[in-house]
Amino acid sequence: MPAPETDSLGKLEKALTGIEGFDEITLGGLPQGRPTLVCGSAGCGKTLFAMEFLVRGATQFGEPGVFVAFEESTVDLAKNVASLGFDLVDLQKRNLMRIDHVVIDRSEIEESGEYDLEGLFIRLNHLINQIGAKRVVLDTIETIFSGLSNAALLRNELQRLFHWLKEKGVTTVITGERGDGQLTRQGLEEYVSDCVILLDHRVVEQVSTRRIRVVKYRGTVHGTNEYPFLIDEDGFTVLPVTSIGLQHGVSNERISTGVAELDRMLGGSGVYRGSSVLLSGTSGTGKSSISAHFADATCRRGEKCIYFAFEESQAQIVRNMRSIGLDLQQWIDTGLLIIKASRPMHFGLEMHLATMQKMVGAVKPATVIVDPVTNLGAIGTSGDIGAMLIRLVDYLKLNSVTALFVSLTSGDKAQEHTEVAMSSLMDTWLLVRDIELNGERNRGMYVLKSRGTNHSNQIREFLITSQGIELRDAYLGPEGVLTGSARVAQEAKEQHQVELARQEAERRNLAIQNKKRSLEAQIAALQAELDAEAREGEAIEHQTKNQFRRLELDREAMASSRTKERTAIRSDTADKQ
Amino acid sequence: MNPLSGPNVESGEYTLTLYVAGQSPKSLAAFANLKKICEEHLEGRYSLEVIDVTKHPEIAIEQQILALPTLIRKVPTPMRKLIGDLSNTEKTLLAMQITPADHAE
Repeated sequence: MPAPETDSLGKLEKALTGIEGFDEITLGGLPQGRPTLVCGSAGCGKTLFAMEFLVRGATQFGEPGVFVAFEESTVDLAKNVASLGFDLVDLQKRNLMRIDHVVIDRSEIEESGEYDLEGLFIRLNHLINQIGAKRVVLDTIETIFSGLSNAALLRNELQRLFHWLKEKGVTTVITGERGDGQLTRQGLEEYVSDCVILLDHRVVEQVSTRRIRVVKYRGTVHGTNEYPFLIDEDGFTVLPVTSIGLQHGVSNERISTGVAELDRMLGGSGVYRGSSVLLSGTSGTGKSSISAHFADATCRRGEKCIYFAFEESQAQIVRNMRSIGLDLQQWIDTGLLIIKASRPMHFGLEMHLATMQKMVGAVKPATVIVDPVTNLGAIGTSGDIGAMLIRLVDYLKLNSVTALFVSLTSGDKAQEHTEVAMSSLMDTWLLVRDIELNGERNRGMYVLKSRGTNHSNQIREFLITSQGIELRDAYLGPEGVLTGSARVAQEAKEQHQVELARQEAERRNLAIQNKKRSLEAQIAALQAELDAEAREGEAIEHQTKNQFRRLELDREAMASSRTKERTAIRSDTADKQ
Repeated sequence: MNPLSGPNVESGEYTLTLYVAGQSPKSLAAFANLKKICEEHLEGRYSLEVIDVTKHPEIAIEQQILALPTLIRKVPTPMRKLIGDLSNTEKTLLAMQITPADHAE
């Protein structure tokens, strides 16, 4: 029963492999119900790719699978993939997988007359039906060419087999060894026309990188680039460069760099969350100290920080930072700070990238520090590192992780030149540099660029003290920027002037106070005089009122006495009458 | 059967198993060819079993059958495996280490 190869829209149906990154570059996995050829030289990871395709299919997508091993025995196979966490014995018990080891020993087999590979068909058919398999792996079927002599017949049979598998509707992965001038030794690519994947294992300058390329994928778009991939304890990981686009969201939130003055230089409150910060400078300019402040500030906010150190060990960083007053150990103890120290040469670029991505994915930190990113130059060309950084920056931005990349600039190059030309990737670029003046070497810092912020254009002098980093306003005099003792002298001079001015102001203030006091006294005297005058006026008025009243009373008294007299006279007269 | 306890070439006993896929022309040809060889060269000192692996696929897996038809000689030891329709009598005799009857007598 042939599986439907296309859906109603005529689009090719795909079977997800579950292999990290691979489904992205193929936009959905392998062609469903069709054979795919996976080829590559010995040790490039063909078997693992095929096995992961089966295991993930069985465990994640509910598609049981049959693994036909032509090279390794069932026991060896189970052992080899056990380190990746695949328990084949358990999968077989749960009827999610069948493994058939096809033994081909030429010395044991004689041929007489015509034959075919019907035995293989019958075995495969039996196993597929037993567990209702949807996926099949043939690893490495070309081995039969070494066991049987009739090559023409075998080719015919293989063609028939691939056709039969297609009819069965099982998604098949066929592995093949890389041949001279062709993809596989026996030219299997001629028969498997739907999808061909090439695995490569290259060593450049003693560092090996695995790469994967989709050579052909009929009827669908796919990424055509060579993509690096790795095999580690979690299996196969393809690292697509281009599948991650510039689609990350942005945050308006600012986070502190841990140096208050630097935050102010960046427009008030630090860098945007999720942005990438480049800190470059020559050696000994305090880059790691700034990084440590950044880490410290992150942990202080209760957020997680991963510090990828390529130069110093964890113990060394902790010790050194204690000398400038930063206790990183407390954050390590609480688990907020993870210092991952490794030598760049330890493994290839891709492995570094994958390790970082995996750690970031697992820990989910708020900030990440890479110190210094330029050390990776030891293991890759500038182009490779550039590509790697793009992926790392994209990955971090996608996860809203604020990143601080430290870049070491060699003294003979322009300060604005970064070793791996990554400046354009960065949102904020801080530059620390030496300022040599008056026989002194001092540190200056400025913000070269900071996207979307109103940042300072000034060069600040920065000091590393036992209390941490301090940024000072650099003195800008007629001879340019003054730093170090020149600045101190200038500052002393200024301070003296300020003192003089202050004393003068105090004197004047005193005089004003005196004058004010005397005026106030005068005002008081006048007020007293005024009060006296007012009281006198009142007294006079009172007196006048009293006089008037007395006069009135007198008048009244006189009037009454007159009346009395008249009455008396009248009574006298009446008496007389 | 434990091959060590079985009869050896000298005792003249042959245990043969022919694995075929149903009634295909190759299966039929192989059976006919084998029958002929056995009757000619192993008269009375062989046992022959024919297994149709389309009916017993698990035997195909167990016996590592890849190509069909396959003839397996279990006894005498060591085991011998021969694939094909056995049309090449000479090769078949050689592979099965069957001494032609005229020499055996």
